[in-house]
Amino acid sequence: MSVMGLFFIFIATVAIMWLVRQGVLESPWLEEGEVAHYRRAGGAEPPTAGRVGLAVFLAVAGCLFSLLAAAFFMRGDAPDWQMPPIPGVLWVNTFLLAASSVALQVAVFAARRADAERVKTALLVGAVTAALFLIGQIWAWRELLELRFFASSNAANAFFYLLTGVHALHLIGGLVALARTTDKVRGAERVTKALTTSVELCAIYWHFLLFVWLLMFAMLIGWADGFGAICRRLLS
Amino acid sequence: MTDASVPQNVAPPPAEVADVELYHAHSWITKYVFSQDAKVIAIQYAGTAITVGILALVLSWVIRLQLAFPGAIPFIDANVYYQSVTMHGMIMVVYMLTAIFLGGFGNYLIPLMVGARDMVFPYVNMLSYWVYLIATLVLVSSYFFPGGPTGAGWTLYPPQSILTGTPGHEYGIILMLVSLILFIVGFTMGGLNYVVTVLQARTRGMTLMRMPLTVWGIFAAAVMALLAFPGLFVACVMLLLDRTLGTSFFMPSLVELGERKDYVGGSPILFQHLFWFFGHPEVYIVALPAFGVVSDLISVHARKNIFGYRMMVWAIIAIGVLSMVVWGHHMYISGMDPWFGFFFAVTTLAIAVPTALKVYNWVLTLWHADIHFTTPMLFALGFLVTFVNGGITGLYLGNVIVDVPLSATLFVVAHFHMVMGIAPVLVIFGAIYHWYPKITGRMMDERLGKIHFWITFLGAYAIFFPMHYLGVLGMPRRFYEMGETAFVPASAATLNIVITVIALAVGFAQSIFFYNLFKSLKHGEPAGGNPWRAASLEWQTPETPPGHGNWGKQLPVVYRWPYAYSVPGAPEDYLPQNAPPVRGERSP
Repeated sequence: MSVMGLFFIFIATVAIMWLVRQGVLESPWLEEGEVAHYRRAGGAEPPTAGRVGLAVFLAVAGCLFSLLAAAFFMRGDAPDWQMPPIPGVLWVNTFLLAASSVALQVAVFAARRADAERVKTALLVGAVTAALFLIGQIWAWRELLELRFFASSNAANAFFYLLTGVHALHLIGGLVALARTTDKVRGAERVTKALTTSVELCAIYWHFLLFVWLLMFAMLIGWADGFGAICRRLLS
Repeated sequence: MTDASVPQNVAPPPAEVADVELYHAHSWITKYVFSQDAKVIAIQYAGTAITVGILALVLSWVIRLQLAFPGAIPFIDANVYYQSVTMHGMIMVVYMLTAIFLGGFGNYLIPLMVGARDMVFPYVNMLSYWVYLIATLVLVSSYFFPGGPTGAGWTLYPPQSILTGTPGHEYGIILMLVSLILFIVGFTMGGLNYVVTVLQARTRGMTLMRMPLTVWGIFAAAVMALLAFPGLFVACVMLLLDRTLGTSFFMPSLVELGERKDYVGGSPILFQHLFWFFGHPEVYIVALPAFGVVSDLISVHARKNIFGYRMMVWAIIAIGVLSMVVWGHHMYISGMDPWFGFFFAVTTLAIAVPTALKVYNWVLTLWHADIHFTTPMLFALGFLVTFVNGGITGLYLGNVIVDVPLSATLFVVAHFHMVMGIAPVLVIFGAIYHWYPKITGRMMDERLGKIHFWITFLGAYAIFFPMHYLGVLGMPRRFYEMGETAFVPASAATLNIVITVIALAVGFAQSIFFYNLFKSLKHGEPAGGNPWRAASLEWQTPETPPGHGNWGKQLPVVYRWPYAYSVPGAPEDYLPQNAPPVRGERSP
């Protein structure tokens, strides 16, 4: 659970810093009248509802993945734990997902320059590489199943399927959003502000999923074993 | 770089919202069934929650009848008893309390109290309700499957929850887990809305520190729920895989009925960690909205500003943060490291500090106040007493050495029913009596309301107070039948009968409330826009009940905090949040 603890400390710190900046230290009964409203110094625009919504959702998803990681490390302590061999295709998949993330970032830059053609191509590349990543994940599953590493034969196998499966489901959800964005871009004459926001949100979500995947991959190939050992010593 | 034109000491910028494009319903179906209006969704949520709540109330009668007259009622066998215990607990905690506070009051009050036209993502909000409804139906449908619902206890601890000895092991447990997963998915959609609406859709002038405490409570609870429910989600998914695919996440190697199961090396303790990582914050997910609502009820009906508003807000935040790191106190008897237990005991007892602070502030708000003993006020006062009572037994149970002998006895049952059963339910009733005039435009009957209050309040004490003694005697919870023991005297059985008779009576007495609720819909006294002369924004809507979009042509502008009561020099004893300040007017 210390993974969850770390994640929670992170969330709580962000939330409390934000609350202090929002004025929870003020005394509301001493002030009256219409508060002076001003744009934040530096002219930054307030975040849109979509952006805040995504941030909150990422906190929830991060919570889910941290808990899965915590469960992984706790269960990994048992004597019957036997990690399955890692299919080589996962390295290719990692590359594909990274490429997808880069493509979406390119789309964001293009959208900010209002380069509609570039946005379309980049989004398409991002979607295709993400889809290839999913196919690669299914490939990895099949490879393991052919080698008779079933979910029921060892908890480590089960965790492999569970972690990759939950991650893939999140990516599929992302692809739906990406498809809607792509559809909007295709129909649009020029890149509007709303479209740019849409593309940005997709890119942020993709970077998050890449980050989660990298940590997850490190756990699965055993690079995080030392970390797991420290966590267990902390809280048991 | 700072902008020189911005004066120092101004309140921070309110979330600025351009007036939104509202979704307009075109047919009866999109207006009242698949509605995207938060107010309609709120009624749907509350209606569904109350309906399953009544089912859970009936199940509690089944439990009580068995405890009072063991074996005397033919249809209550051990299986039915355990199924009733499980379903009563799960429905009340998750499907009733959580849903009604966040889905019901959250949806209705957040947009109105922060001056928004609707939730930020109305479509997602609608989905949230429908997924919740499906989750409820899946849960209730387990009664119609062979074997019936699961009887694993609401904690669903493996390994027993999925072994064949437990009732409902065929379909009941699967439906329960699927239903919970759906509930969490639905809730996440709703929770996202509540949080983002509070952050983004506040009207001009509505700074965070000008929000009513109800909104603070619901906001904090929604944030906690978003962070805590994934714990239950992970636990449910993994338990479901253990049950259906034969994985060994939680299931240790074991022999059942002389047959060796295929499970190897799973950790039931891991389930307990994940479950209680959700389970404890859940208590505060229910309690924080109740805290918030009670603060508003007390302030309005005592015509006085809430004492220590800022500390109340800090206390809500502190309770929210602390409650995420106390889950281990539900596992004292699971064989944990003593230092681990020490840590959890310290954090648990530390929660008493912000909680006590809130109680003092409520009491100090009442001090020398112009208290109107209206029905909502009575319920708020009833909450105060009950919560203190339940909280103090919590201090006993928070200590490891006191908890070990008391755990799994009726003392625990009495404690959590007082603190998170009766107390929040009293707030729900109070809140319904308080906001009913806004929702329907008519008052509820005061006389019936008071009768309802006294029966419910005194009845609840008569039911749960004696249970503490039964628990101290060592009477265990969840036992189908006590039989002969050396330590429980025969008089305990008599006490159990008394409790059961009162529980049946108090349960039936709730029909007074429902009669009042439906009768007042048509025949209640017309309420007008602001019958309680309250200052907060939801009472200042141009129409009552508020129309689609809440605020007519223009969003309100907020000039002060929501507790401007009995302000010296003001024309009335309250100043609405959106009334422009008069020159020379003094703040309270």
